[in-house]
Amino acid sequence: MSNTSGRTRVAVNATQSSTIRLDKVGIDIRGELFRAVLLLSIMLGVVMLATLLIFVAVRGGDRLDLNLFTQMPSSINVDTSGFLPAIVGTTYVMLGVLVTIVPLGVSAAIYLEEYADRDKWYNRIIEVNIQNLAAVPSIVFGILGLAFIVRGPLNLGFVAFAGSLTLAMMVLPTVIIAAREAIRGVPPTLRDASLGLGATKWQTTWRQVLPLSVPGIVTGTILAMSRAIGETAPLLLVGATTFVRFLPESAFEGAYSAIPVQIYQWAVRPQDEFRVLAAAGALVLVALLLVMNSFAIWLRARSRKEI
Amino acid sequence: MSTKYSKSAAFAATLAAAALFLSACAGTTETEEPAEGGEALSGAIVIDGSSTVAPNTEVAAELFQEVQPDVQVSVGVSGTGGGFEKFCNGETDISEASRQIKDDEVAACEANGIEFVELGIANDGLAVVVNADNDWATCLTVDEISSMWRAEGAVTNWADVRAGFPSHEILLYGPGTDSGTFDFFTEEINGESGSINPAYSDIGEDDNAAVLGVQGAIGNTAFIPLSFVDAAGDSIRAVEIENESGDCVAPSLDTVLTGDYNPLGRQLFLYPSADALQKPQVLAFLEFYVTNQAAIAETAGFIPLNADQEAEALDRLNSLL
Repeated sequence: MSNTSGRTRVAVNATQSSTIRLDKVGIDIRGELFRAVLLLSIMLGVVMLATLLIFVAVRGGDRLDLNLFTQMPSSINVDTSGFLPAIVGTTYVMLGVLVTIVPLGVSAAIYLEEYADRDKWYNRIIEVNIQNLAAVPSIVFGILGLAFIVRGPLNLGFVAFAGSLTLAMMVLPTVIIAAREAIRGVPPTLRDASLGLGATKWQTTWRQVLPLSVPGIVTGTILAMSRAIGETAPLLLVGATTFVRFLPESAFEGAYSAIPVQIYQWAVRPQDEFRVLAAAGALVLVALLLVMNSFAIWLRARSRKEI
Repeated sequence: MSTKYSKSAAFAATLAAAALFLSACAGTTETEEPAEGGEALSGAIVIDGSSTVAPNTEVAAELFQEVQPDVQVSVGVSGTGGGFEKFCNGETDISEASRQIKDDEVAACEANGIEFVELGIANDGLAVVVNADNDWATCLTVDEISSMWRAEGAVTNWADVRAGFPSHEILLYGPGTDSGTFDFFTEEINGESGSINPAYSDIGEDDNAAVLGVQGAIGNTAFIPLSFVDAAGDSIRAVEIENESGDCVAPSLDTVLTGDYNPLGRQLFLYPSADALQKPQVLAFLEFYVTNQAAIAETAGFIPLNADQEAEALDRLNSLL
């Protein structure tokens, strides 16, 4: 007890002394230093991103034209070669990822937060494994996808939706973890009030908890989709081809390509014109990512307003 | 039978188209109806395999689709080994390879009842490259190259490669184990496919990385396809290699074509499966590819087949018709 009060006294003294110092000198050295460290951290990230973007913009700038978005890839007319099938393929793959991860991820998160008894050993194992899954290298998901989704039990073949499921497995932990945080952030008093007024658990979850969790879920989905859209290795394994001059028939039929796979194939060519094209392709990918995320951010802002 | 008939009609169409494409060969005695007389083909052709062969096949596919726009050709790059893995699982129509099929791959195909044909489609040279400042390694023997690359007891300094070479540390760069280029080089230089100095830097399927590696220091060396040497300019140099008859030969289009650049000149192959050959669009594509191989190779920056190889490929093709 004396210990506690002792600590409190120290804290009070510290606050007083720092206030006094602020009054006297006008500068809080430790505070300013902390601010500088924080600024440096964010600057590092921004500078790295800027370097990367400027590099690809300079490399691929000359080829940045409409052809990139409207033309088929061509090994003969490299000057007018484009990413059209890859853009459509990536769109198919990402839509497949989206419709898979949102219901699965949110359901898993609701189960773990609202229903699971955390004292049960199997629920704890599930929790730990979800965290671990996030650390598995992407190529391993590619091998898993080839064995179980393309071949094996699901036997979908080398189609876009097989790529979607493979990437979905990879990014699912991100969505689950973010959705759990969001659900946990809903005040328990709200649940108690809802239940107290006679609502069932289902009604409480569906009408009170979930709407309040939407912004957090959307954030998690953005992170997951952003990681999935740039993946090359697992897609190569589950059959994304590097050269198609036609659009995929559907997500469940026919060969498809994807932007990162196309970039990869052109970046390793000996001729410089292909590598310039690959750099331009990186910009196409960034553009697509920005469109996707802007939409999600708009959605998040809207749902926040409603709350 | 009717399928037989439609096949030959398709060939007539592609042949006519091929004649149109090779406008240089004007004045052929083609009296049959041109493309409109033949039937328009459709369907998919799934091709996968060597990333070395892919650029050549992409050009072939693109030209073929100008003739047969409804045929959907897709080309993947799983590597020669990865391509055969899918091919022998019945998942692709044609496998591309930068080496001949291996015994264990033949066995895997047999186990799944996949029969196939081998077609030579282009030539390629494998170049041993050194840093531009390396002025001593002008011509190397296979034994000397092997002394750097062999799995056991490899030398690490140029002074140990040949008496009189200056003392510079050797750093090695080469493609990964899924690559047919890797298999071919280790077989020809070290005598056993897959046997390699474990200290080499594996650059995966990106040969440009090997070029960057060799540019890095005076003693560095790598093996890369000839097409990458031409594109890299003066920053690296391909060394001459002493061939079977004891001559020092530099890799070039001519020396690969004549076979003087040995043992590192090689053929690139297509392996269509027997099932795929039942599809008219696959047969038509192969016919187009082989008969236009010279023009395709030139467009894609590869070395065409020589006269003997072309005759052999045509023979094999005709036996399939």
